[in-house]
Amino acid sequence: MALQTATGTAQCPECFAEVTLTNVMQNEIAQCPGCGAELEVIALEPLTLAVAPQEEEDWGE
Amino acid sequence: MSSGPNAQSPRVGGPGSLRIGVLYSRVRVEEKLLFEAFEKRGVSLELLDDQKLIFDITDVQNHPYQHFDVIVERCINHSRALYSLKILNDQGVKTVNTALVADICGNKLMTTSALAAAGVPQPKALVAYTAESALEAIERLGYPAVLKPTVGSWGRLLSKVNDRDAAETILEHKETLGSYHHSIFYIQEYIKKPGRDIRAFQVGPETICAIYRNSPNWITNTARGGTSANCPVTPELADICTRAARACGGGVVALDLFEDPDRGLLVNEVNYTMEFRNSIAPTNVNIPERMVDFTVKVAKDGWDAANGFTPGTSAHLASISLAEGASV
Repeated sequence: MALQTATGTAQCPECFAEVTLTNVMQNEIAQCPGCGAELEVIALEPLTLAVAPQEEEDWGE
Repeated sequence: MSSGPNAQSPRVGGPGSLRIGVLYSRVRVEEKLLFEAFEKRGVSLELLDDQKLIFDITDVQNHPYQHFDVIVERCINHSRALYSLKILNDQGVKTVNTALVADICGNKLMTTSALAAAGVPQPKALVAYTAESALEAIERLGYPAVLKPTVGSWGRLLSKVNDRDAAETILEHKETLGSYHHSIFYIQEYIKKPGRDIRAFQVGPETICAIYRNSPNWITNTARGGTSANCPVTPELADICTRAARACGGGVVALDLFEDPDRGLLVNEVNYTMEFRNSIAPTNVNIPERMVDFTVKVAKDGWDAANGFTPGTSAHLASISLAEGASV
């Protein structure tokens, strides 16, 4: 089964700018071109963005 | 020869017949490139979101992961990655990398100890458990020294300690404001780098490519603004990387190395959920495709074969906390 993606626009939850998204996946990270916030795609239908989680102590490679 | 889940279990058929899972937290550039590389190979992936996982760790017979030929770990949190890999390996599921590799590489103290046991050149490092003994250890190494949290990445919370005043202040802050883990003091010799370090990519037995990370700052991580350029994989670089990766249990890892003017190459860190977005263009090596090759080989032939381990040449595995069940 091919991985599900979506294309369209969604609103930045920080500055309410319209963010254009192309072939994005669930949980994909995007950046708002308006305010620079790091965002996460939390739904594909409809395309919905949330502020990405803050970095935690044990994050990394 | 290991006997755990990642031991040899030959499988016939092309990559398309394999059942491969990816355990992930967020879809970053690396994950997207990896997914695309698997799709290009005709592999249909099943994605496992670590935010939604519920493991029944007591059920090793009927768990929902037994149909996977292999699961690739791409978590952002070290603890989620380590615990998930431990559970999966104990349930008999092959993973890339293994819990053993995550256990060693996810903690700088564990990495240093494993590298030391295998005789891999690295900067001198001391460990102390109180501010008083840490101060003594810093003075024994001499200034400047580097204080690092044992767990963490991207150059976070590294301290270059230039004198005794700074040492006393940092140690007090770490003891007072940090969690318990910040009172495990990992103190490393400061290496005067030539304005750069090396990030090398190891896939099984092969050092596939490397970059120089240039930065005027003493912290050279590209996550901190360092710039990258291709670094030729010399026999010396390949040898130290291969020995270091083997000491950490093998797999797909990214190694950070210093060039010491007197001692040559020294291994600083080994990363087991490697980031590679800034390294494909300068090296012209398709890193995610090589990761797919390795994963398919693990699925088909087992961990030892994918790593080129032969009986009697397995990694040094003494003094690790997760040896039981976490096969190599």
